[in-house]
Amino acid sequence: MTMISLTAIAITLLLSLLLARPTGLYMAQAFNYEKSVLDRWFGWLEKPIYAIGGIQKDNQTWKQYALAVVLSNSVMILLVYLIFRFQGVLPLNPSGIASMEPTLAFNTAISFMTNTNLQHYSGESGLSYLSQMIGIVFMMFTAPASALAVLIAFIRGLAGKPLGNFFVDLIRCITRILLPIAFVLALVFVALGVPQTLEPTAAATTLEGVTQEIARGPVASFLSIKELGNNGGGFFGVNSAHPFENPGGISNLLQILLMLLLCTSLPFTYGKMVGNKKQGRVLFVSMAMMFIVFLGITLASENAGNPVVNALGIQHDQGSMEGKEARFGVAQSALYAVVTTASETGAVNTMHDTLTPIGGLITIGNMMLNTVFGGVGAGFINVLMYAMIAVFLSGLMVGRTPEFLGKKIEGKEMKLIAVTLIINPLLILLPTALAVMTQSDTISNPGFHGLTQALYEFTSSAANNGSGFEGLGDATPFWNITTGIVMFIGRYFSVITMLAVAGSLAVKKPVPETSGTFRTDNALFGTVFLGAVLIVGALTFFPALALGPIAEFLTLKP
Amino acid sequence: MKTIAVTLRASVVLMVIILAYQLAVTGIAQAVAPEKANGSLIYNNRNEIIGSELIGQNFTSPGYFHSRVSSIDYNGASSGTPNYAPSNPDMLDRTQASVVAWQSENPDVPVSELPVDLITNSGSGLDPHISIRAAEVQIPRVSTSTGISADQLQQLVDKHTKDRELGVFGEPTVNVLLLNIDVQKLVSGQ
Repeated sequence: MTMISLTAIAITLLLSLLLARPTGLYMAQAFNYEKSVLDRWFGWLEKPIYAIGGIQKDNQTWKQYALAVVLSNSVMILLVYLIFRFQGVLPLNPSGIASMEPTLAFNTAISFMTNTNLQHYSGESGLSYLSQMIGIVFMMFTAPASALAVLIAFIRGLAGKPLGNFFVDLIRCITRILLPIAFVLALVFVALGVPQTLEPTAAATTLEGVTQEIARGPVASFLSIKELGNNGGGFFGVNSAHPFENPGGISNLLQILLMLLLCTSLPFTYGKMVGNKKQGRVLFVSMAMMFIVFLGITLASENAGNPVVNALGIQHDQGSMEGKEARFGVAQSALYAVVTTASETGAVNTMHDTLTPIGGLITIGNMMLNTVFGGVGAGFINVLMYAMIAVFLSGLMVGRTPEFLGKKIEGKEMKLIAVTLIINPLLILLPTALAVMTQSDTISNPGFHGLTQALYEFTSSAANNGSGFEGLGDATPFWNITTGIVMFIGRYFSVITMLAVAGSLAVKKPVPETSGTFRTDNALFGTVFLGAVLIVGALTFFPALALGPIAEFLTLKP
Repeated sequence: MKTIAVTLRASVVLMVIILAYQLAVTGIAQAVAPEKANGSLIYNNRNEIIGSELIGQNFTSPGYFHSRVSSIDYNGASSGTPNYAPSNPDMLDRTQASVVAWQSENPDVPVSELPVDLITNSGSGLDPHISIRAAEVQIPRVSTSTGISADQLQQLVDKHTKDRELGVFGEPTVNVLLLNIDVQKLVSGQ
């Protein structure tokens, strides 16, 4: 790894930093119900949707809001499930792809609605263009929009305002944020070489006279929303490692910026909406620090390469190249891997199964914590949850009732938070144990790495990330059904509990701030917050990690 | 019940809008940059498709530059796996076999100069590129097999080398298919 590679990483992160604040402030404006110039820009598109949808714009209680999220998302899952099941006989299927079998369709529909994008099929051979265009891409807009809507409602609750209306927030997120950015970037991706065609798979005769089939399709319009919405599901099976889905250094840069755009902006949206910009900044800096440390460790580990391969006496300056593309090399692959797991996107430009043990450990760790920025909406709700835990712990230490944004955090809120916290390890560890016991024939690697494969799959599902250790033979009813259930609970359980917290806080009377109030917008709070994340998160999963990647690292000798 | 009805109606409108977005992008792409939008395909003079600039091909003949290892033999109908985890014994077996094959095909170049990207499986299995060094170490073999001088081959490698984009992003690479098309032209010209 050279200075140039490190410079490229520094430039990427700097660009991302520059974009975060303006985007965050724009988002706060986009969800502001007061009249603004944005109504004029986007009203022409929004009004017909409200009219045809029969959407009434009145404020909802937390229960109505939560019900609207879960019910509407379930209806969308059913709709898209039906499209997958009948894609073989529906139009826009030039490559003649068959209909999907039931458990796989179940898994795939939930996967994309929950913003996970775990894929147990390969896009080029498993989905018709119709399924890609109005099944998958439709959900790639509505899933992040639903998550963002929940976060915005949550923040409104914290700010003591009415929670708003789910459908209005959903539509605004799509029309004002996702669609315009996705449209522009899709065209840029075409200019960089990403295909955008409705022609079927091309057949070539290679220089050596072999027939080569070249799958293609409307990839660019898929790619931009895949990254922007932290969706991550690939048009092609190997996702952004595919040269069509990520042709070079600039397309790679843009994808990284898109993945980080919304999730790094949300602290600023939050600061603006609750009127405490300093606290938003403290949370941003805390997360950025974790990110930088994790990135550094991964870069060092991948650059050192695989000791077993290096021992063959070959020229190994490039580092660990198994599962990586020549045009990205170690530096851009490691960066992408950390960004995609921090932002819970799940797009990959390198095969995570082949990461060195410590590189793999960091990617799993990112997903287990789900607070190093975290996926659009859901990640930041998690962050605020940990912030409240930090406040609660501090309150216990000094013997005062904990307060957050002037609202008392009491037994009711803490019970809801504790339940949310416990559900995560249950969703990951129990099915992993079940899989290791009963499904060992689908796990493609022996030894410690085999455990990591199963652990990664369920961590990725529960965190709604969607990347995978792809050696896993996961297109079986067992994996389809279990991960489908884990993804569903992983997403909607916390939606309900956290909206309940917001509903409860919204009606509380603010406590006047005194000199004895524990401040939640300074470096001390940032430290306590990081402590809460690392202690609670790391201790929960340490035993499983010790048996998986850490044991693999210790035993990997030439 | 009302929520269900609203969802169904809103979903249909959104599906139409989102489909329109994709068709609009397709229309613009096909009008402005049809070659790229259709997959950067390469045609021979009889107008038959011989590949895509962005998709790697499998080369086994000693007279061509070889691409990286591909577990799917560069079949672009699908992509990907299986790759091997660092601790997988099959990984060691496969790389060892690659090294042995290298020694018998390239007796003039010692194993210590064999770059790691030539014996590892790319992420996509369709990697169109190799590193510059991976191209240069193959020059002696291609030269012996085709009779093209090493200098001339070096010039071709330089011609198809692409620097980092904007000078910093990604790694410098050599496009194997484009390079081999030029090699083939020289061979058939002779």
